[in-house]
Amino acid sequence: MALLSCQDATFAYDGQVVLSDVSFEVNAGDYLCIVGENGSGKTTLMKGLLRLVAPLKGKIVLGEGLRQDEIGYLPQQSPAQRDFPASVKEVVESGIRGKRLFLSHQDRARAREALELLEARALYSRSFMELSGGQKQRVLLARALCSAGKLLLMDEPTAGLDPIAARELYRLIEKINREKGIAIVMISHDVHTASQFASHILHLQQTPLYYGRTADYMDTFHAQCLMGGTCDV
Amino acid sequence: MFDWVGEMLSYSFISRALLVGTLVSLCAALLGVSLVLKRSSMIGDGLSHVGFGALAVAMAVGAAPLAFTLPVVILAALALVRLSESSRIKGDAAIGMISTGALAVGVMVLSLSRGANADISSYLFGSVLVLSREDVVLSLWLGAAVLLFYALTYRRLFTVTFDESFAKATGLWTWLYNTLIAVLTAVTVVLGMRMMGAMLISSLVIFPALTAMRLCKSFLSVTLTAAAVSLASFAVGMSLSYLYAAPAGASVVLVNVLMFLVFTLVRRFRARAA
Repeated sequence: MALLSCQDATFAYDGQVVLSDVSFEVNAGDYLCIVGENGSGKTTLMKGLLRLVAPLKGKIVLGEGLRQDEIGYLPQQSPAQRDFPASVKEVVESGIRGKRLFLSHQDRARAREALELLEARALYSRSFMELSGGQKQRVLLARALCSAGKLLLMDEPTAGLDPIAARELYRLIEKINREKGIAIVMISHDVHTASQFASHILHLQQTPLYYGRTADYMDTFHAQCLMGGTCDV
Repeated sequence: MFDWVGEMLSYSFISRALLVGTLVSLCAALLGVSLVLKRSSMIGDGLSHVGFGALAVAMAVGAAPLAFTLPVVILAALALVRLSESSRIKGDAAIGMISTGALAVGVMVLSLSRGANADISSYLFGSVLVLSREDVVLSLWLGAAVLLFYALTYRRLFTVTFDESFAKATGLWTWLYNTLIAVLTAVTVVLGMRMMGAMLISSLVIFPALTAMRLCKSFLSVTLTAAAVSLASFAVGMSLSYLYAAPAGASVVLVNVLMFLVFTLVRRFRARAA
């Protein structure tokens, strides 16, 4: 049984189909990259996985005892966040669910461990708005880790980062995936890097063009096309 | 030296105004932190215009001001939240439509119902003479509601304010928090409006949060500092208003402006020292 399986899911807004017949599976330890051009349905699929939109047809099933609220999520950064007065501690701990007013010692320790794993322990008592773009993403990733044990969803995690910070973030994501065995589902428009790290690729263009192992993907026509080769038919 | 304090408190209308104003300042500052950080602080301004329109209608038809204004402004708050979530009309445009529309209604009603003209400036700029026992009771309830809301949902409120899409994804009902904040803001605005003035009340929502953000770098410290700044500005403003027979609403707002400037200067100095 897979952690997450998407079975013939079709999504529509106002009766207009934007993404159709998507099927894929995510197993423990997988690293799935969802690639495609703007408007290809990547973000809609992500919303579907987060249960923010319901599929018109088909279904999305969780397995292996994974609960919806155990899925970690790293959204795209919003401009309002850049100068939001919050300490790193406050941000990371907001990933810990529950209605309790005060966090237990274990919870606080978990928040620190998440930062530790991302090699950002030193940021713990800093102010979020004074961090660099790459540091901010690490902190938000730590927040996502606080609520995730098995599966992490990410939406363009390296958007707006300089190449060095982006490479660092990819390395850390790979580390989480390898060391903790946490499955990753990432939206990316960067096929080059996706192909370097991901175990599986899902290429969307309103409907899946390719789904399978990364190694087989690289030879396909679609990969050549996205990577900037010629793709006139 | 402080004899005037006892003298001021001996007037029952002033002590009523002080109690209501203190609670309104506290609530406005707390709600303001969330509203300012979510970039929807203009909701306070929009609601005060709706309050002005509703108050004018209440006076014209002879309805009890509080009982009539309160439900109207709460309805407007609910409509604003719905409109801005539906994303067909953007939040700021929705507020602009509703607030100017209500203002026009208020002006029209006031000019049609003759004899009410003398009161118009007290609607717009406030008066400490108008508060009733009813206001005092309602503001005690409001104060309790806002403090309870803040205390019980503080962590989730931070999550929703900091990152709405993350909050939604982790299963928080963000619309519920947005609606609660809007409704509590509506009650705050209605209560504070007649004392501070319809044109001035929204500054109690905006100033304390912005002032606190000049110096504070965590959500908790911004929240606490905004509350303290708001309470202090109110106390100083009211005292000045009493001592120099100045309009209460304008005095409180000017002290808030002064606080903002002082905090901004301290920030400058700190930046230079660092």
